[in-house]
Amino acid sequence: MQKKNPFKTFLGEIPQNLFSGFVVSLIALPLGLGLALASGAPPISGIIAAIVGGIVVSLLGGSKVTITGPGNGLVVVILSAITILGEGNAYQGYLFTLAAIVISGILLIILGFLRMGALGDFFPSSAIQGMLAAIGIGIFAKQIHVMFGNLNAKGSIIELLIQIPEGIIHFVSTSEKSAFYAGLIGIISLLIMVFYSKIRNRYFQLIPAPMWIVVLSVGLYYYFELFTTAAYPIDTSLLIDLPNDVFGSFAFPDFGKIYELEFIGAVISITLIASIESLLSIKAVDKLDPLKRRSNINKDIRALGLATVISGFLGGLNVVTVIARSSVNVNNKGSNRSANFFHALFLVAFILLFATELRKIPLAALAAILVFTGYKLAAPENIKKVFKIGSEQLLIFIATLLVTISTSLILGILVGIIITFVIHVIINKNGVLFFKNILKPNVLMFTEEGKYYVSVKNFSSFLNYTKLKSKLDQIPETKEAIVDFSLCDFVDHSVMENMNNYSETFERKGGHFEVIGLDDAKPGSAHPFALRKILPKQMSPKEGVLTKRQKYIQKISEEMQYSYDAFSDLKIEELPSFGYFKTRKLDKISNVLTKNDCTIFDVQFSEGEMIAKQVIKATMFHIQTQNKLPKFTLDKEGVFEYLLHFAGYKDIEINAHPDFNKRFYLSGKNEEKIRAFFTDELILFLESNKQYHIEATNTGLLILSKERLASVNEIKALAYFGAGLQKIIEKC
Amino acid sequence: MQKIHKILIGIAFSPNLKPNLFEAIRIANMFNAELIGVHVGEKTAQKEADLNQVISEADRLHVPLKTIWQQGKPVAVILKTAAVENVDLLILGALQKENLLKYYVGSIARKITRKVGCSILLLIKPSIERQACKHIVVNGLKDKNTAETIRTSVLFCTHLLCKKMTIVEEISQSELQVQVDDDKSLRRATIAKERLKNREDQRINTILKGIPCDHITIKTQSIFGRRGYSIGHYAKVKRADLLIMNAPRKLGLLDRIFPHDIEYILSELPTDVLIVK
Repeated sequence: MQKKNPFKTFLGEIPQNLFSGFVVSLIALPLGLGLALASGAPPISGIIAAIVGGIVVSLLGGSKVTITGPGNGLVVVILSAITILGEGNAYQGYLFTLAAIVISGILLIILGFLRMGALGDFFPSSAIQGMLAAIGIGIFAKQIHVMFGNLNAKGSIIELLIQIPEGIIHFVSTSEKSAFYAGLIGIISLLIMVFYSKIRNRYFQLIPAPMWIVVLSVGLYYYFELFTTAAYPIDTSLLIDLPNDVFGSFAFPDFGKIYELEFIGAVISITLIASIESLLSIKAVDKLDPLKRRSNINKDIRALGLATVISGFLGGLNVVTVIARSSVNVNNKGSNRSANFFHALFLVAFILLFATELRKIPLAALAAILVFTGYKLAAPENIKKVFKIGSEQLLIFIATLLVTISTSLILGILVGIIITFVIHVIINKNGVLFFKNILKPNVLMFTEEGKYYVSVKNFSSFLNYTKLKSKLDQIPETKEAIVDFSLCDFVDHSVMENMNNYSETFERKGGHFEVIGLDDAKPGSAHPFALRKILPKQMSPKEGVLTKRQKYIQKISEEMQYSYDAFSDLKIEELPSFGYFKTRKLDKISNVLTKNDCTIFDVQFSEGEMIAKQVIKATMFHIQTQNKLPKFTLDKEGVFEYLLHFAGYKDIEINAHPDFNKRFYLSGKNEEKIRAFFTDELILFLESNKQYHIEATNTGLLILSKERLASVNEIKALAYFGAGLQKIIEKC
Repeated sequence: MQKIHKILIGIAFSPNLKPNLFEAIRIANMFNAELIGVHVGEKTAQKEADLNQVISEADRLHVPLKTIWQQGKPVAVILKTAAVENVDLLILGALQKENLLKYYVGSIARKITRKVGCSILLLIKPSIERQACKHIVVNGLKDKNTAETIRTSVLFCTHLLCKKMTIVEEISQSELQVQVDDDKSLRRATIAKERLKNREDQRINTILKGIPCDHITIKTQSIFGRRGYSIGHYAKVKRADLLIMNAPRKLGLLDRIFPHDIEYILSELPTDVLIVK
């Protein structure tokens, strides 16, 4: 592959990034205005955040195709900060909040340097979901009133929700012309948002939905202005208010309250949401990136922090990475950070050139955009999704949601964490497991024959997920990785979900990521992300939900024409007669693949007694042979692990095959018969394949490679090897 | 190279007396060493009879057993006897059944480890019948005692007829000096890891050069992770039969609060552990 000059590539890609930045700015403009309004801040503050974010993060950030600007997650937090800190004076509250924004930016920079920018990794994912849904409800509750042309709805989120029917009645029956028309525009805007994706017209799709709303409402104004004699029916109080000299008068933060508890609370909430929203977006955008690059999250968080500080000083909102605008960027072929930069430049141009036109946009139209975003955050589908994962996740979700909307965000997420933990303790009927092991390192990673093997001990949940994550992040995604949870008693939903994400990333980049050791763990539900608890030994679920590994096995069993039974109670009579099992006690067999006389299975057995008892799980291949075989064991020369059962027998040399003798250790009682059995063809076959441990009794062969469960690829290789061996032996 | 002439074992009349003693006798015979049994407590005819009964069932000792009966605090007595008799190896066996055992062995072992002058072998799975020792895992820390430990390990391997030994080089993550953030740093980290691994392998190979060990298959395995912890976890995953570690340098109060190195192993005891002094 020829290495391209990166600068040339960059230059060559400028046109497409310029275009993509333009399209994104069309969305960013109405969203920026709308988010700022919904936050209770002057509309221009959202645009400032988008401009500063676009410039700073595109220059210093660590991600490639993300777009930065004001985020919807922060609306609720900033609104409550402005209300609480302002104590009735909205503008003063806004100045205090700007100070909180500046400080939260500094915190983000520090977190970025401490490499702890990914705050979301420390929280259970259902709690985060619940919190985001609560934010969605918060936006929805407030903005739906604005959408109906009513700016005066006040109260807590719950009160606002209760007032909705009343608001609709008021809207229908109102005699106030201005509010009615504003509401009408609001409803039409909402319909545009809802049906935009359903209209399959190429020209219509050229302009993003939020921009249509802006274009139509500005168009309506000019219609009244130019073509009718009637005055524009919507009062200026219901239109966007932009300062006359847009970039001449910046608000400056007021640091007068930084020692007050409410201020600190606001800073924490803002930082938390900013980090979580950015992280979720960066992760999601990385999955969209056609060039499959990995973002430097901490670098990005630092850049976002710096952008937030600057934006705060200029009177703007926080800067976060936003998913919707970023995905539009990717869809329009944005390929590097310059798209983000261009989006900022276009925003500057819009504000300077079209300030007059923008002042004609009714608030209700922007509120409609937000009602739609709020609804999407809290959509019933999300609740259904959580419920599918498990009823306990729904409990966590609902509890976090309710506490967040009725009190505050910090309290909400705290309750989410506590409930999750309590549920984990109840499910395991064991708190000691968690308390004893939470601080201990529990992850071991090493490379073995080019594969990365990761073993996790004790338990794996949101409490110690970062330990696992820091190891997994060090594996190149083009390699093969095996994560073994068989030493874990409990794996929670957050970890399962993340494992799934890793698996997707590896698959996308050409590697392979597999989770093993959970097949006989009891799942919380049928969902692949459901938490899993390891069952007591010797109990296998009769019927259960297949793990990802089992599903893969099922798939390859079809390809290889094996029949598959995940929860088989098959007994292989012969198994205990193999030398290997002389000192080992068989517990159970599962994941059985059969074809003709061949069986591939996972076997669980134990060594030793009492405290020294070790439970081992391994994958093996068994062939029932037609012909009578001599008893022997065959192994890699130099691996004496399995051989002691045959102590006393020497390495049998096969004449004329020095290479075979050097590489293999063959032993058994009846040397003559064994020599006769090892034909040239068999030896050639053995020499040209991967070396397995092979044992034979008179009527069967047992093949195994490692004393652990095999990954699906390893099973394939084993099956292939076994089938080849069987063919040759049948001939003997 | 270490020589083992005298082995000390604490005798407690618990259900595990028999396996503990059998194991100790086997080891003493393998090294052709003298076995000294010390019991902390009163000498009674009953106990003596029990002890003789067990010994009569075991293999014949090459050098007769010497028993010492003494009263006092277990830890103090064992430490004193070890010093007075000038033993080379102290065997601490499983003392009690139940799950608490591991912790119990661990806590006594910790106390003794800190003070004793000889090597210690902690048995968590003594057995009456001989279980062959098939795989020994040894630490290969960058430490001035490591060469000695590896030499002792080879000695043990030879005497225990073990054919396979893995030397684990634990490399602390901070030594990598590259943090993985994105594709570029990941690539750099992977290269740096490879380089560190080669460096460590080379260091171990230099140590091995001076030791006759052709009869053993020796593998090296580098692991990036927390010191002391990774090797224990590795021994467990690989189901090693014996884990051999350097004696800790010093253990202060802080080490007990923030466990590291050997403390991890003592608190979890993944398998039989030999601490070389």
